[in-house]
Amino acid sequence: MKEATDLSVLVQKSGEWLRGTGPESDIVISSRIRLARNLAGFPFIRKCSPEDREKIERQVRSRLENLPEWDEIPYVDIATLSEVDRQFLVERQLISREIADSEGSRAVAIDPSEQYSVMINEEDHLRIQVMHSGLDLLSAWEQIDRIDDAIEGEVLYAFHSKFGYLTACPTNVGTGLRVSVMLHLPGLVITQQIEKVFRSMQRINVTVRGLYGEGSQYTGDFYQVSNQVTLGHTEQELLEMVGQEVVPRIIDYERKAREFLIDKGQQDLHDDVSRALGILSTARKISSEETMHYLSKVRMGVNLGLIDDVQLATINKLFIHTQPAHLQKLHGRVLTTSDRNVQRASYLQRHLCGPADRTDELN
Amino acid sequence: MKCQYCDKPATFHITELTEPDGPQVLHLCEQHARNVLQKGEPTPVSSVAGALAKQLQLGQTKEELRKLDQKECPVCGITFFEFRNSGRLGCPLDYDFFEADLKPLLLNIHDSLEHTGKRPTRAAATADSQADLIRLRKEMEAAVDREEYERASELRDQINAIQGEPKRRGNAI
Ligand SMILES: [Zn+2]
Ligand SMILES: [Zn+2]
Repeated sequence: MKEATDLSVLVQKSGEWLRGTGPESDIVISSRIRLARNLAGFPFIRKCSPEDREKIERQVRSRLENLPEWDEIPYVDIATLSEVDRQFLVERQLISREIADSEGSRAVAIDPSEQYSVMINEEDHLRIQVMHSGLDLLSAWEQIDRIDDAIEGEVLYAFHSKFGYLTACPTNVGTGLRVSVMLHLPGLVITQQIEKVFRSMQRINVTVRGLYGEGSQYTGDFYQVSNQVTLGHTEQELLEMVGQEVVPRIIDYERKAREFLIDKGQQDLHDDVSRALGILSTARKISSEETMHYLSKVRMGVNLGLIDDVQLATINKLFIHTQPAHLQKLHGRVLTTSDRNVQRASYLQRHLCGPADRTDELN
Repeated sequence: MKCQYCDKPATFHITELTEPDGPQVLHLCEQHARNVLQKGEPTPVSSVAGALAKQLQLGQTKEELRKLDQKECPVCGITFFEFRNSGRLGCPLDYDFFEADLKPLLLNIHDSLEHTGKRPTRAAATADSQADLIRLRKEMEAAVDREEYERASELRDQINAIQGEPKRRGNAI
């Protein structure tokens, strides 16, 4: 692995999982799987001394370095990062807010394509995460299973013959597996059916939340569906529960809601979506919340064929790249909220006005 | 509508489905909504605390609860009281040491007490040997501090014997 102190390489591109492809990618943004693991020879993080944390970090790091294919994996010492850089990695979904905000020795190894990352000293000693574009849980599982096997060949995991992989919080024990599918559900929000749909999901052991950070149902229409239980089911059963039972039903409801909206008033919907694009591409200053709100409408417009000169990958990228730390990284300096609102507007303009193939343009 | 935590207008309306009693709608101002949403994953602390509170109410008298709260893991030193407040355990041994007290909680959360998923291919260390590892490592560090290098290397050998050598194999990632 190689020490990465400069995150600007990441700023210039966007992660694989944002490319807007993969099964059901009109509704499913990403499929994420994470495994919680702990080393057998140390207390859990809560009872670790600062020295323990350092030792865990060093031990895991040196063991990961034994893995031949990890040569090119950037390794980031989170403790030495600036506030903006930590926030940047959170916005990028490469680290959790918890590890960003905690103290003491902690690190993350990040695959350059951003498909996987391994956090060291989060709530558990190890948090392995894999993220794929669209509804793609099976191949995400195959990938994380291989990474887990490789790491397990190097360190001794805390494992209990009855309770499985031992975790700091009893809500993760057993498989240590959390499957999360991020869904874009503007149709269900506009038709006010979202609560009804989720209410019907309550009985089948999943949790649903509004998207991280600056999103909510009113500003982004993003929802994350995850398994609630981790003990007593195999990994495959948990993947099936989320990926084959729950998510397809929500997708189905969302499609029906979108069809209903089109049937009911094609002109109204088209007008609404076009206005959203108009505001995003002409505003001179715009808040993060407003941006999420209008990008959500534009994204739906693109998927329904109401807008045809903007690519889905561009929209997906804009959701991430217009967040505060991203804007500051792009500018290479700290910006006040009002400076950010101006820079955000100009960033949106550059990406939304003009030819459709601007996805890869940087600034 | 006003935010349910302060006097600002509620502009965020979030449906939380992590509560055991069913969906809960939150009406929040921007700042409070951010606090809620920034937690990321479903909040294990509140769900653990909630499940525990329910379970303790049913099972224990005040006196029993007071005793349970003082119970302390011999390896990491966490008390049941500390666990109950933080939602986090202190070391791998806790799953055995507090097993009887954790079982109802695990049943409440997972509806199961038996792992049926993936297992590590290396001989799974027993809880005792995991506790031994933590103890031996502490002793070894103390020996090094006292510059008793012979003792330290003995301890190192014992640790390695429990841990086993890391496996070497082709790692396709
Ligand atoms: Zn408030
Ligand atoms: Zn303990």
